[in-house]
Amino acid sequence: MTEAYIYDAVRTPRGKGRKDGKLHEITPIQLATQVLQAVRDRTGINTADVDDVVLGCVSPVGEQGSDIARVAVLNADYAETTAGVQINRFCASGLEATNMAAAKVMSGEAMFAIGGGVESMSRVPMGSDGAAWAMDPAVAYKTYFAPQGIGADLIATKYGFSRSDVDAYAMESQRRAAQAWSEGRFKNSIVPVRDVIGEIVLAHDEHMRPQTDMQSLGSLAPAFQAMGEQMPGFDAIALMRYPEIEKIDHVHHGGNSSGIVDGASAILVGNKAMGEKYGLKPRARIRAMASIGSEPMIMLTGPEFVAQKVLQRAGMTKDDIDLFELNEAFASVVLRFMQALNIPHDKINVNGGAIAMGHPLGATGAMILGTVLDELERTGKGTALVNLCVGAGMGTGTIIERI
Amino acid sequence: MTTAIHTELDADGILLLTIDVPGQSMNVITPEVQADLAAAIERLKTDETIKGAVLTSGKASGFMAGADLKGMGALFGGGGVPEGKSKMAALFDGVFGLNKLLRDLETCGKPVAAAVNGLALGGGLEFILACHYRVIADNPKITLGLPEIMVGLFPGAGGTQRLPRLMGIQPALMYLLQGKNMSPKEALGFGVAQAVVPADQIIATAKAWVKANPNGGIQPWDTKNFKMPGGPATALNPNFAQIFVGGTAMTHVNAGDNMNAPKAILSAVYEGTQVPMDTAIRIESKYFAKVVADPQAGNMIRSLFVSKQAAEKGARRPKGIAPMPTKKIGMLGAGLMGAGVAMVTAQAGIEVVLLDRDLAAAEKGKQYTADRLAKKRMDPAKAQIILDRIKPTSDYADLAGCDLIIEAVFETREIKADVTKATEAVVGPDVIFGSNTSTLPITGLAKAWSKPANFIGIHFFSPVERMPLVEIIVGKETGPEAIAKALDYVAAIRKTPIVVNDSRGFYTSRCFGTYVQEGLSLLGEGTVPALIENVGKQMGMPVGPLAVNDEVGLDLSYKVGQQTKADLGDAYKPGPADGVITKMHELGRQGRKNAKGFYVYPEGGKKYLWPELAATVAGGLAADQPSAAEVKERLLYRQLVECARCFAEGVLETPQDGDLGAIFGWGFAPFTGGPFSHMDTVGIANVVATLDRLAQAHGERFAPPQLLRDMAARGDSFYAMAAKQAA
Repeated sequence: MTEAYIYDAVRTPRGKGRKDGKLHEITPIQLATQVLQAVRDRTGINTADVDDVVLGCVSPVGEQGSDIARVAVLNADYAETTAGVQINRFCASGLEATNMAAAKVMSGEAMFAIGGGVESMSRVPMGSDGAAWAMDPAVAYKTYFAPQGIGADLIATKYGFSRSDVDAYAMESQRRAAQAWSEGRFKNSIVPVRDVIGEIVLAHDEHMRPQTDMQSLGSLAPAFQAMGEQMPGFDAIALMRYPEIEKIDHVHHGGNSSGIVDGASAILVGNKAMGEKYGLKPRARIRAMASIGSEPMIMLTGPEFVAQKVLQRAGMTKDDIDLFELNEAFASVVLRFMQALNIPHDKINVNGGAIAMGHPLGATGAMILGTVLDELERTGKGTALVNLCVGAGMGTGTIIERI
Repeated sequence: MTTAIHTELDADGILLLTIDVPGQSMNVITPEVQADLAAAIERLKTDETIKGAVLTSGKASGFMAGADLKGMGALFGGGGVPEGKSKMAALFDGVFGLNKLLRDLETCGKPVAAAVNGLALGGGLEFILACHYRVIADNPKITLGLPEIMVGLFPGAGGTQRLPRLMGIQPALMYLLQGKNMSPKEALGFGVAQAVVPADQIIATAKAWVKANPNGGIQPWDTKNFKMPGGPATALNPNFAQIFVGGTAMTHVNAGDNMNAPKAILSAVYEGTQVPMDTAIRIESKYFAKVVADPQAGNMIRSLFVSKQAAEKGARRPKGIAPMPTKKIGMLGAGLMGAGVAMVTAQAGIEVVLLDRDLAAAEKGKQYTADRLAKKRMDPAKAQIILDRIKPTSDYADLAGCDLIIEAVFETREIKADVTKATEAVVGPDVIFGSNTSTLPITGLAKAWSKPANFIGIHFFSPVERMPLVEIIVGKETGPEAIAKALDYVAAIRKTPIVVNDSRGFYTSRCFGTYVQEGLSLLGEGTVPALIENVGKQMGMPVGPLAVNDEVGLDLSYKVGQQTKADLGDAYKPGPADGVITKMHELGRQGRKNAKGFYVYPEGGKKYLWPELAATVAGGLAADQPSAAEVKERLLYRQLVECARCFAEGVLETPQDGDLGAIFGWGFAPFTGGPFSHMDTVGIANVVATLDRLAQAHGERFAPPQLLRDMAARGDSFYAMAAKQAA
């Protein structure tokens, strides 16, 4: 099979996903357009050699609707022969898009393919696309649907993480992100977002709160307690599925959960010949990819299982991995992953994550793949495993290896 | 065929349709009603001289009460299946008929107004909703609603579709899922009614509307510019999405995984409101067919409606005995039970002599009624009339003139014998004496009364004013007059009676005890305590076995255990739960009463399971935990086998008594229709196989009685046997 190599990886800075966020005035098509243009301009490739652009987007309706990937291709002035497809694997969409781009290269379908994603959460709010899962009574009953925050709190309860455990994790994420920014560790990948007159509107991650300490986190009220214990009472549904739990301890809040932000990302994947054609040095090889399904009510324990699967696909063990990058959807998700696979904290999310910098749903997967690739290069390390927990109990993971 | 809808055409060309089902005090939907309505619709469509119609009732009792639940048996599993049709498709055809008929009414092309003189429930309200205009008599006592869910059904004649289109999805779901009624004024506010006028003007108002609206024969939802109240019914309307995300979760939490109807109602409304009415009513009928195809609705209707009403109307009353009304009771013991009995008795208009050892205790018992009536905000003058019926005393002489004695003193034979004799000395042995004992066999207690034929058990549940059941216990020598007297009294205080024969713990205490005991056994084996409690609740029991034991008091459980051990001697079989209770007793953990039992009861906070529980009573959690399904099976089948034993031993004479006693006495999963309905539904052979497996794994307490094996061999069921016996 053809090897797939990463030739470039870019992301926008993440803007607060609110009306006063810096990227709120920027349309999602602009975010996607600008990362595609950056890939083209940084590598100097002829876009006619890009066979397909796969973009993740989790709320693909309204101005993110109707295959935003193809429209971004046209809007970025790519060759009109380049196809585009929008996909949705919830929070792992950006990584899944990259995996699909890589698979296209590996299978010979594509010479170059771009994987990435876009989400303007300030303009197209989460849940705008409806969902049979949550809304169709027969399906919600069958799957014991409860929002992710309930699953995150259930993980903390079931696996023994206290409020101070999750808050301490969040504080460390903020500290690491602040340090990474101050040392310029992301500079190779950040593409500042520009407005219609060409001015930069955002050049850094806007969501970070580097001053966060245990006291400020401790003052935040649990975010999912009311919906869990009162209206509509999702905790009782969780206990139908996990009757061995007496009571869910609601430990998560805005400060130890991923931030709601706007952003986009793109990764250029290609075969060996394409790199040679343009004199591009392959930054890493895609060594293995996997997706899994697991119990959907707790929803967010998939990273453990997808990591095992992707390691097995690669013929590796966890000790062969130099750096882990797991999306910080909620602090308990990462803590459980570290506990399940016995991974030391200094090998995972070493430059912080979505708790500090935010989680633009469709784009995050490709963003954190780029982040860990930068870190491998900075530290001279070789292998990284990237994964995300995914709605409805899924997980998606990728192992990359520097050449 | 007799006429069920009378027609009368007036000079304005308005056809008055008066529903008046012959031989019934209240209109219900019969085949005749449907045939007459179909004929009327045909006239409306074809006769050009007719301008419109007004639908009303000829009964003073109300408009219509919906389907005749007793007559619905044919729907449930009965009836043949035509060739080339699946069972479900045939069932659909059966239930869609009425739905389609009402759709024909609202699309007949002429304005139809409903003139509603009284209550309209279930199908009765659905008739009205299919009219184009609804005028209701101005009487706040009139109830309008779709209560089908209360018996495991749901509205199958357009109710799940028209109500949301009239009042909005969210409020409609509330009425559909809670079976709540609305008053005429509320109906007006919600747009379910268009006018509320004095009762004598409803027909004139309805006719005036028909006359003034010759083009009124079209429903809003059949017009192009129809807007669903509360916003469009589409997945992309966040409000619509939120209603179903939240509504489904709340319903799932309340009904658990056990009930078919709430889930079906949600789906019918979710799917139906997104499509035009012709498609919507087909969807509704499909969900309705699914619900009635499952034995659950039939079981619930039989127990919660048919058997309950029959029991209250005297199904178990001995034949040929004249009514034996009670005028004055002597209530021995003014504790929690005696005080509660005094309250419900006085409320029923019966005099009560409330006797305790000293006057202060008796007066405290009377205060119980005063406090509760005040809490209910009863008019003080009315409350005083009730209170005046209760005479607190410590003097047995005051019992003179009582025609029924109820005893609720301490559960020891000696004390009970003393008060029994002291009472007989005043009132004589011809008065009926009822003991409220919950554990001591009646036959033994009856020895203290010179005429044991007049001695009976009248077992109330706590708190008396809230618990609907009374268990009548027939001792070996109890005579038919005592049974008749007790049943007439229970009817007077408006409770539901069951009649059982004497045995230790009778029926309800004995079988309910097994639920608690099995919970304790699981606990003693090192099962995660929360698993036991959650599964107990999730299987439909009102509370977990450990929680209920804490409420009863662990010290009491210990004492009852010791008494039983002493009474039975060598016949006592120690159970795996004994060790748990003994250990808790040694530690002084009594339950809620001293704020420490299986749970911890922090002052002002919510109770939580004692963290040391498993370590203390089981030496820690077992390494291999049972699955939730295994825990459920044990908690359920331990009760089922005890119920079957009660039947086999003759404690129970009918499955109806067994089902009613279980549901209303100890809250046994109402959705099953009771333990006997449940065993019939599972199939007796399957019940025996499960019990044999459980007995093998966990001990003789699960061993099925010979009766079940014989029934399984014959392919028999409890209700089939009961039907044969009745025939």
